[in-house]
Amino acid sequence: MIAGADPLFAHGVTGVVILIVLIKVVVGFAAWMGAVVLMIWFERKAISDMQSRIGPQRWGPFGLLQTLADGLKLFFKEDLVPAESDRLVFKLAPYLSLVPALVTFAIVPIGGTLHIAGHAVQLQVANPPMGILVMLAMSGISVYGVMLAGWASGSKYPLISSVRASAQMISYEAALGITVVTVILVSHSLTTHGIVLAQGQGIWHWNVIRLGVVPFVIFWMAITAELARPPFDVVEAESELVGGFNTEYSSIRFALFYMAEFMNTITMSAIIVTLFFGGPAGWVPPVAHLRWVFPILWFLLKTAIFAFCYVWFRAALPRLRYDQVMDLGWKRLIPLSLGWMLIVAGFLVAPGWGFVMAAAVLLASVVLAIAFERGASRSTGPESVLAPVGRRPLPEERLRALTDREEG
Amino acid sequence: MTATAYALPSIVVFVTAAVLIVVGAIGVLAVRNPVHAALSLILTLFGVAVAFIAQSADFLAAVQVIVYAGAIVVLFLFVIMFLGVGRSRHDHVEPLVGQRPLAAFGVAVTVGGIIVLLARSHWVTGATSASGSSLVKGTGNVHQLGTAIFTTYLYAFEATAALLVIAVVGAVVLARRERATEEAE
Repeated sequence: MIAGADPLFAHGVTGVVILIVLIKVVVGFAAWMGAVVLMIWFERKAISDMQSRIGPQRWGPFGLLQTLADGLKLFFKEDLVPAESDRLVFKLAPYLSLVPALVTFAIVPIGGTLHIAGHAVQLQVANPPMGILVMLAMSGISVYGVMLAGWASGSKYPLISSVRASAQMISYEAALGITVVTVILVSHSLTTHGIVLAQGQGIWHWNVIRLGVVPFVIFWMAITAELARPPFDVVEAESELVGGFNTEYSSIRFALFYMAEFMNTITMSAIIVTLFFGGPAGWVPPVAHLRWVFPILWFLLKTAIFAFCYVWFRAALPRLRYDQVMDLGWKRLIPLSLGWMLIVAGFLVAPGWGFVMAAAVLLASVVLAIAFERGASRSTGPESVLAPVGRRPLPEERLRALTDREEG
Repeated sequence: MTATAYALPSIVVFVTAAVLIVVGAIGVLAVRNPVHAALSLILTLFGVAVAFIAQSADFLAAVQVIVYAGAIVVLFLFVIMFLGVGRSRHDHVEPLVGQRPLAAFGVAVTVGGIIVLLARSHWVTGATSASGSSLVKGTGNVHQLGTAIFTTYLYAFEATAALLVIAVVGAVVLARRERATEEAE
């Protein structure tokens, strides 16, 4: 029943197997927590460099212990629960934010397969048969943390933020899912282990190249929007929403949200690497007993590059407007990912079908573009998107007519 | 019914899933606050997902979480938040007179029917029991599901897809028409 794709359970569940699983969980968790601390430090330091500041420097060498100091400070701050809040949900929300971030990392393969005491041990915490679907499920669940936090605060701006968050995450989930389908199509496997193995034969087999770069770009944008990282962080746009969904949070609960954000950043960098950049695949030098180390190093290097890119986005890109976020998701990414999936599926059947599909997609995109054009000229413009409840703002001509009449 | 000896892990998993499902379901009915009710619903959905995994239906479990917990209940919450359903709402007036006895009758019929079906036969195929794995050895769950959907049940699948698209288009048309009349004022 439990035996899935993991060869560890192939010979039954014994004491040794349970011990190995426990060690994997503990080591994975510890290493990952360390990575989160490092990531927070790295983000602050890199952003400081980009903004010609010094950044954290007081605690530890290069300010490395700054995060620990911050954590300690947050622990001892007063924990406020607003009077208007829904107490139960208010306290639950930070954990709902944290748990999906934790669970997703469990399926990321960080290395090859080790052989310990006659057991084949895959270097990933879990390798469930539904594999990458766990990632999609958890990214679907992660919306609850933000959404309920905003609602439970009993305050206006957090509520707006949570409504934005739920709309944004649902919109981008479709594009995310469809690009994952393209990856699954060429990998012939749902498990992350299988996806990584299918890319193992060298750089030309990495999905980023094999699928054309488009799915990777769509996935990257969609996952950034799912995380509500800049430039898609309309959820916590401080110029519009005070602090967003976590305005009313303080002390350790705020720290949990903060940690969840950075956990998600690392996890999603790792997921990108797994899906499109071969995961731990890379050149392994012929060293006798250390062959298993190099895949891990490759994985860490690739993940670090993407983590850096997220920091870079935050420093370099201005935040999108809310209606732009929605337009990009629904009108660009979803049709594009769908079309690309059809083309990839066509080429998998036969090159001829691939070209047929490409022609069909081209035709469909022309039709879609005409539809967008006509739709844009018909509606009252982007303002209508911003006011879905109650009266929409009056069109400018009518406003002007009203004021002119008053003056006259 | 075949008398199968269940292993302890299976029992633990089943009991956990069952408790999650039942507690969540009772919560949906008993809790006053609509947001809390939606959260209870998520609990139930997760319980069902666990039950699916225990039946080796991994794909179904994942889809259960992605679609129901990840999208549909989020939309419920979205609507609840948008409509601003207050925490101190008093619904003492019944919108439909006599719905409670009718609902009780409906529940009694449904539960009775389920019990009879469970006791006498397999509810889909009419067989008295369905035991063992129907999976062909060597192929995955998803593989088989995909093969079934795209060969045997292709028309049903496509019909469902068309139905959903029609529903979406219909919803959009209805929503747009309202806006057009508003502009014509």
